[in-house]
Amino acid sequence: MRHFKNLVRPYLVWSFLIIVIPLFLIFMYAVTTNGNSLINIQFTLDNFKKFIEPVYITVFMKSIKLGAITVAICLILGYALAFIISKFKEKTQDILILFVTVPMWINMLLRTYAWMSLLSDNGVVNSLLGFLGIDPIKMMYTDFSVIVGLVCNFLPFMIIPIHTSLAKMDKSLIEASYDLGANPVQTFFKVIFKLSLPGVVNGVIMVFLLSISTFVIPKLLGGGQFVLIGNLIENQFISVGDWNFGSAVSLILAIIILVLISVMKKLDIDGMQKGA
Amino acid sequence: MKKTGKAFSILYIFLCFAFFYLPILVTIIFSFNSSKSLTHFSGFSMRWYKALLENSEIMSAVYVSVSIAVISTVISTFLGTLTAIGLSRSRHILREWILNVNNIPIMNPEIVTAIGLMILFSSMKIEKGYLTMLLAHIAFSTPYVITSVYPKVRALDPNLANAAMDLGATPAQALWKVIIPVLKPGIYAGMLLAFTMSFDDFVISYFVTGNGVMNISIIVYNMTKRTNPTINALSTIVILVIFITILVVKLVPILNKRGKKV
Repeated sequence: MRHFKNLVRPYLVWSFLIIVIPLFLIFMYAVTTNGNSLINIQFTLDNFKKFIEPVYITVFMKSIKLGAITVAICLILGYALAFIISKFKEKTQDILILFVTVPMWINMLLRTYAWMSLLSDNGVVNSLLGFLGIDPIKMMYTDFSVIVGLVCNFLPFMIIPIHTSLAKMDKSLIEASYDLGANPVQTFFKVIFKLSLPGVVNGVIMVFLLSISTFVIPKLLGGGQFVLIGNLIENQFISVGDWNFGSAVSLILAIIILVLISVMKKLDIDGMQKGA
Repeated sequence: MKKTGKAFSILYIFLCFAFFYLPILVTIIFSFNSSKSLTHFSGFSMRWYKALLENSEIMSAVYVSVSIAVISTVISTFLGTLTAIGLSRSRHILREWILNVNNIPIMNPEIVTAIGLMILFSSMKIEKGYLTMLLAHIAFSTPYVITSVYPKVRALDPNLANAAMDLGATPAQALWKVIIPVLKPGIYAGMLLAFTMSFDDFVISYFVTGNGVMNISIIVYNMTKRTNPTINALSTIVILVIFITILVVKLVPILNKRGKKV
């Protein structure tokens, strides 16, 4: 197959042009001042300094907070679902997991749009509450509606890795735990949960990085005044036109996420070595 | 005790699935509403589907979405498959470089990829519109094709192509008649990913488009500011197409497995 070696050449050139150079351009915009040309380029760290201003730190903290809440809710709901699914016959498990993944293939924007009418003041959810004798609650354009949107969109990313690690777990370890006198609660926390940890870490990081970088869900469900990191970047590029600051924020976001992913990969490798 | 546990399990699964599928179901139901309301169902009608067909702006967005998805899928599947085959034969250092670069768009937040491409196109003075959207879609879908096909290439017997050539096949024949057919499952998986990623994309398209060129996601985004059940009609069609495709592609193999352990 030596003949096929040259087949990588087109992609080598293409990926350099369309993946590497854009990253380099973001970096260049982030470390230069506004409105300079290639001839008199001016390096600066002002774009990063600007990010430490209270307005932007608030945005950053709010994104982290919402990301953390979303992760916590997804972890509880998702772990329970993955655990329950893993108790079924293999074929049933496959079908249930398929139905968990199907919504992921459907346009996120369309699903988020659907939540807009579901959660509106006289929407379906409030009508259902009305049947139960509960007065309508204002849900749209609050933290609640944003979190519902985030959880609904990103929950599958928690369920799948946890289910994978639960499904490939050696069931004899659980039996051994019972044989050695542990009760179901002890068995769960000391054996099952610990063995599923690689899946949990994977899910937590995936959901967290998806939540902090989205801008569509907060914009549609949180309204215009709801600003997270993603919205901040969008504003800089689309409405404000400060590409340099926007690039600096993107760079910070990309670095946070790459660090998280490398942590995840390291844990994955450690987990595999222990498993082997 | 065990029975209540099972009942609780099924109830919990049902509630979770209701959470996932409620928005989809409500979208579909209200697309058949005879009034403009998205909250009260006043009777069955097809008026929003009629409105959809008569809305030339939406129809051109459908055309943009479908044509970009088809063209970018064809190009990225072709490019990705050839790259994956070549990768297994290239030098270690080159392979590591390509695989790492390839991972960047998969791992990077979409918005960062989007602004990177936006800056690239504007600094190269390419006019933003259909072409930039197409190039961007090829850029983000090819990595997924490579990651789907490459594991299958690595699992190939390295002597397979040599055997074909010993038997008189030219390298091109060995590629098309021997290697590609063996890689088919990986190629199809990559194609499906590339198509749905392109068809569903909003973030990247939104940043790289211009001159009024819109795909379905962008037009929905622009229309969400006011109540418009035409979006529901459009959503219903998109949801059903994707839903049926995924179900056929993914469910059939599960049902055919017949207890075979994987």
